[in-house]
Amino acid sequence: MEKKVFFRGWFLPILLLSPQLIISIIFFFYPAGQAISNSLYLPDPFGLSSEFVGLENFLFLFNDSYYLSSFVTTIFFSTSVSVLSMGLGLYFALLADRIFKGAGVYKTLLIWPYAVAPAVAGVLWMFLFSSRIGVVSWYLGLLGYDWNHALNSEEAMGLVVLASTWGRISYNFLFFLAGLQAIPKSIIEAAAIDGASFWKRFRTIVFPLLSPITFFLLVVNIVYAFFETFGVIHTITSGGPEQSTTTLVYKVYSDGFVGQDLGSSAAQSVILLVVVGLLTIIQFKYIERKVHY
Amino acid sequence: MIERNKKGYFMSHLGLIIGIVFIFFPVWLTFVASTVTQEDIIQPPFPLLPGPHFFENYSYALFEGTPEGYGKNIPVIKLLINSAIMALGITIGKIIISLLSAFAIVYFRFPGRKFFFWLIFITLMLPVEVRIVPTYEIAAKLNLLNSYAGLIFPLIASATATFLFRQFFMTIPNEMVEAARMDGAKPMKFFIDILIPISRTNIAALFVILFIYGWNQYLWPLLMTTDPNMNTIVMGINQMIPGGDDFGHWPTIMATSILAMLPPVLIIITMQRFFVKGLLESEK
Repeated sequence: MEKKVFFRGWFLPILLLSPQLIISIIFFFYPAGQAISNSLYLPDPFGLSSEFVGLENFLFLFNDSYYLSSFVTTIFFSTSVSVLSMGLGLYFALLADRIFKGAGVYKTLLIWPYAVAPAVAGVLWMFLFSSRIGVVSWYLGLLGYDWNHALNSEEAMGLVVLASTWGRISYNFLFFLAGLQAIPKSIIEAAAIDGASFWKRFRTIVFPLLSPITFFLLVVNIVYAFFETFGVIHTITSGGPEQSTTTLVYKVYSDGFVGQDLGSSAAQSVILLVVVGLLTIIQFKYIERKVHY
Repeated sequence: MIERNKKGYFMSHLGLIIGIVFIFFPVWLTFVASTVTQEDIIQPPFPLLPGPHFFENYSYALFEGTPEGYGKNIPVIKLLINSAIMALGITIGKIIISLLSAFAIVYFRFPGRKFFFWLIFITLMLPVEVRIVPTYEIAAKLNLLNSYAGLIFPLIASATATFLFRQFFMTIPNEMVEAARMDGAKPMKFFIDILIPISRTNIAALFVILFIYGWNQYLWPLLMTTDPNMNTIVMGINQMIPGGDDFGHWPTIMATSILAMLPPVLIIITMQRFFVKGLLESEK
């Protein structure tokens, strides 16, 4: 779509674009270029000089069992967070869509966790499950279960998934609710008159009509779980125990800033760049076909 | 409501209430912990109802910080001010630069327009987490560590906001700009007198989304602010929790957590209409 009526001249539009362009060049393109060029070099241990090594940093990563396992961790983590938060979001949206009195109150009470920072959500859940002072772990102890996510990898993963899902339900709830409310009531009424039960209507009419939005949410949630859950992981587990909750983004941080392994961290950034690129392309290709509500 | 099914209707309410209890559960216990003493917290069982130390704990956290011997000691009011400056800086900065660039892209024809559009578009693929080490290095070279500019500028360029305004400008009838041109209005006059006023709701919607985004930043302030006086509240909480076997001072930490979530939660609740609009539209 193009505007048919427009202003002329080239100086003013360039001037208007310049703030965004200057910031993008300094803080986006230059650093991304640096990441690509750093990924081809290996700095010496004192950081005084670096040697061109071609694709060696990448080869090293793909033979590094820690890196490969952080790939697996990331996929497991993002799939769990996406599926759980979408499932719960859809569930609450279906319930809220059936209610005609007080739906607004429920909506308000369900959406506010969106505003809680992942890092704060991390602190909240860490406090509940702390092995020394946590309420939940204390009650689990009474039941004979010894919870300690600082030592047990599965418990650590479970807790970061729980804390990330908690903050993400609101987002999925709102999108599913908007999707549900866009479905013409007449279709559902017709099916109800034909005697289709709630579950049958959901399976054969509602869910298929929601599938574009479901696919869209899946991509967005995966991107979220990849990049925006750093705060949760950093506050609850710091990537431990034994790197069992180290995601790809966490590893870029810990290798780059804690481990000072700049060549490897840059190569990891480049790999992530490719991953985000692919996800963004999928997301935008699909936008054309997306439902309007 | 399609069919009159009393039991199903009741179950819907029950299901939602259970969900809301799950969602409130951690925040309730955080609030309880912010109103009791350290002893109440470390000696089980943990209280489930608020204690009498609300005022004392919050005023101590706000004006003194954590007690001697527990983590970093910065009055939380300072952290709140830093967070507010960062969040407002990011929000206002993003809205201004993306209004300007969307205006240029939609209402002008000039050489390189498509190229610049793609240049902005492609920044969508570069979240700060991906380019973190080199971005930190350039910020350090530009002397931006421990400064508000360093907290704000690297996070300010936003393709999403530019796209939202672009989409919206596309829906404005051509007659608007025709009429303005016939009246002899210069481009900037059209922008300020017509375009900005009719973009009000979109600006408000973006304001809510961007304020939350800015307030909740964690990794970037963690790297940029080595001086505790420049910490933001969201990252400052974690600095209060010592590693190893030390206990943190939990009433202060939990009061700080409540204070950290209060501003964005209040904004979402009071501006709910704009928030929902902004959220649904910015992802289109």
